[in-house]
Amino acid sequence: MNIFCAGLNYKTTSLEIRERLAVSDDEMEKLLRQIHSIEGVFGAVVLSTCNRVEFYASTLCPLQALGGCRSILQEQTGMDIPLYHYSTPDAVRHLFRVASGLDSMVIGETEIFGQVKNAYSFSAKRDMTTHTLHRLFQHTFRVTKHVRTETNITRGASSVGSVAVQLAEKIFGKLEQCRVMILGAGEISERTARSLQSRGVRSLIVSNRHYDKAVALAAEMGGMALHFDHWDKNILDVDIIISATGAPHAILTVEKLKPLLKQRQGRPLFIIDLAVPRDAEPSINKMEGVFLYDIDSLQKIASESIEVRRQEVVRCESLIEENVREFLRCMKNKTLFQQAH
Amino acid sequence: MNHLPLIASTLFYFLSCCSAVVSFRSGEFRAGRFNVITIALGVIAQSCFLIQQGKIDQACPIRTLPEIIIFLSWAIGVFYLVIGTTYRISLMGTFTAPLILGLQSMALLLPAEKITSMMPMNPWIEAHAAVSLVAFGAFGLGSISGIMFLFQERQLKSQHPDPIFHHLPPIRILEEATIRLLWMGLILLTVSFAAGWIGSRSISGTKFGVSLLLWGAYSLILILNQKNRLSGHRFAFFAIFIFFCALMILPLIRYLSDLAVR
Repeated sequence: MNIFCAGLNYKTTSLEIRERLAVSDDEMEKLLRQIHSIEGVFGAVVLSTCNRVEFYASTLCPLQALGGCRSILQEQTGMDIPLYHYSTPDAVRHLFRVASGLDSMVIGETEIFGQVKNAYSFSAKRDMTTHTLHRLFQHTFRVTKHVRTETNITRGASSVGSVAVQLAEKIFGKLEQCRVMILGAGEISERTARSLQSRGVRSLIVSNRHYDKAVALAAEMGGMALHFDHWDKNILDVDIIISATGAPHAILTVEKLKPLLKQRQGRPLFIIDLAVPRDAEPSINKMEGVFLYDIDSLQKIASESIEVRRQEVVRCESLIEENVREFLRCMKNKTLFQQAH
Repeated sequence: MNHLPLIASTLFYFLSCCSAVVSFRSGEFRAGRFNVITIALGVIAQSCFLIQQGKIDQACPIRTLPEIIIFLSWAIGVFYLVIGTTYRISLMGTFTAPLILGLQSMALLLPAEKITSMMPMNPWIEAHAAVSLVAFGAFGLGSISGIMFLFQERQLKSQHPDPIFHHLPPIRILEEATIRLLWMGLILLTVSFAAGWIGSRSISGTKFGVSLLLWGAYSLILILNQKNRLSGHRFAFFAIFIFFCALMILPLIRYLSDLAVR
């Protein structure tokens, strides 16, 4: 029995085409049944994310399976979409790499692991997998966990927003109780605030020189708008300040913060300064309980994390290679055992 | 006196320290249980020594300064095993092992003391001494989480955190851990005072004064922290400072309590 994989991803296909292939749960079931009905295919799993659509199947004839997949996609999109395709052992290696985040747009991202798990359980619930696919996916989950714990592939954060979230979590722990204030309703501050919201931040205050912009962003993000003249009066209640105003000079100064910090009674204050020129005086980082990060320091941390992950790829590949060999050995032993009995 | 279990426990703590040094140097902190296992083995070996010594002394083995130090480091180890697991198992061990190793080595290097006076077999006095040392075990681990707080805070302030940063808990959690451990230590110390008060017939004024000073210092920082009058940074600093002061004056307290018994 061969393990076959065919698909397309962000490297081979544009977003427009991937959008056309995005499927709901009902459509997914239909697609899965179509793949399953290809002659010679005994079991199938469909992995569909925003960055990839892949079909995994156990089949006696990979070429027939490929032809079947192509015609199904052609039927769905009306286009002849080029698919990459692998069979054993490359298909096994590919799945291990995908689940470990090595094939992801952001190397080492962990969301894909959950998506692979869901894809398998979707198929298993509908009784469309085979013993071979079951063993393959179970082995994949083990390999992924192994890769994550034995290497630094998932370490650190890889974007300004995720670095900010990571730092906030290292200061406050869980972010549910944290209050965030946005100074300057720009795109970058909005993105960073959204990252924080995705990790549980509920309370948000938006302050902008043009009040209408603050109102609009606050409404969009479920926060509260504040006149720019009053932002400093609200500093006592907030834990995180995201500052990205267009002010030509620093608005967060030692002079301004010193009396306010006394009233905060030792509560930490995390300041994310995304403005250029900077909104915060660098010396405020020396104040007790204040943690200041500007755009450069955030970007530096993000790029260092990406570099660490890149360096880890070699170790991950070798772990995966070992596991591919082990998986194939297991499958071979099983086949020999079945032939003998 | 059979020192074998003591040497074995020191070796286990040494192994734990080596793993900590290797982790720091390489910047890779695996979520392994090496620290927990080595510290657990160290505590077991220490327990064997203390049981054996207790049988010889026919009393709680805290009669000489080396015994007191061993008992204290045992208490820190036990607290780590009970509480440390809540706060990133191996990492707290990374910080705890060097302190225990230092204390244990000091106990081994100190000249063997001859018990000059036999303490009367008063269970209240024994309870007082033993619970005091267990309380200092809690204070010891509190100072460790204080060190971890300052370390993590420094990482955050540096704007360029080291790999260890990713493995340490958030500073708020470390502050909470320090507060809880200090409260635990303070309650135990209060209990030990009560036991001492019930059982004592002769407490030297200086010893009582020194002990009360420590009790007061811990109470003060805990109350100030509770009332938000002491920042996390200062609280952690004082938790470390008071514990190391206590370590420094431990020989004095022991001398005074020996004097009182005589």
